[in-house]
Amino acid sequence: MDNNTLNIRYEVVAKDFSRAGEASSALKKVLRKLNISPDIIRKVSIPMYEAEINMVIHANGGYIDVDITPETIHVVLTDNGPGIADLELAMQEGYSTATDNVRELGFGAGMGLPNIKKYSDDMKITTQLGKGTTVEIFVNIPA
Amino acid sequence: MTVRELVDTLNLCIVSEGDLCRNINGCYIGDLLSWVMSNAQSDNVWLTIMSNINIVAVATLTDVSCIILCENVSPDEECLKKAQLQEINILKTDMSTYDLAVKLGAVL
Ligand SMILES: Nc1ncnc2c1ncn2[C@@H]1O[C@H](COP(=O)(O)OP(=O)(O)O)[C@@H](O)[C@H]1O
Ligand SMILES: [Mg+2]
Repeated sequence: MDNNTLNIRYEVVAKDFSRAGEASSALKKVLRKLNISPDIIRKVSIPMYEAEINMVIHANGGYIDVDITPETIHVVLTDNGPGIADLELAMQEGYSTATDNVRELGFGAGMGLPNIKKYSDDMKITTQLGKGTTVEIFVNIPA
Repeated sequence: MTVRELVDTLNLCIVSEGDLCRNINGCYIGDLLSWVMSNAQSDNVWLTIMSNINIVAVATLTDVSCIILCENVSPDEECLKKAQLQEINILKTDMSTYDLAVKLGAVL
């Protein structure tokens, strides 16, 4: 690890709603301690929460790697879930394959992926059917 | 206005107590968690009828000053435990979401 980079790994457990959002909440605490501004924390928290929840409800859990430098926050969420068949469709507002029991909990609005795009500075999704999905979130820290 | 003052003014019931001295600034109403995540602002009051554990993480991440469960909804046990552990303010009322929002509009 080089001196200017902080690397953190979080595990995400599939279907475990009692812990869903814990990684995002934990990272928020870290960013606060690092004196990152609330605006930037929000730009990380909203996308990361959405991607974390997607790992819980659509995939089989996985892990999250966060790299923080003085200039950027880079979050990589990796799962071994079913993958996304049509990424363009999945990115559309309101599109969701969430089941009824997940919707009853307040999820499945189909706004997750669109909000990741909207709030981050950049995002990248790599997905392979039957193999899994990797979501990358980039947020810049203004000097 | 603080959460404590709001509780007293509108006769709300405290079901999970965090920092009741927190200031309140504005309100967001919604039950779909993605909408709340992206629209609720720090220090807002969040009005909802969602009462499962996931509202706790959303309240933490959005940094709302309190959650108010309307329509006489109660948090489930898991939700209550987590809220108390994370010191999230959860209040409840038997008012409808609309009735509470009207009253909030008058006092905030
Ligand atoms: N990690 C993932 N693995 C598999 N499918 C996913 C994943 N993330 C998103 N999806 C698919 O993309 C759709 C849209 O995602 P999103 O915008 O977050 O909406 P929602 O989660 O509310 O359904 C999901 O319904 C699901 O079909
Ligand atoms: Mg989603």
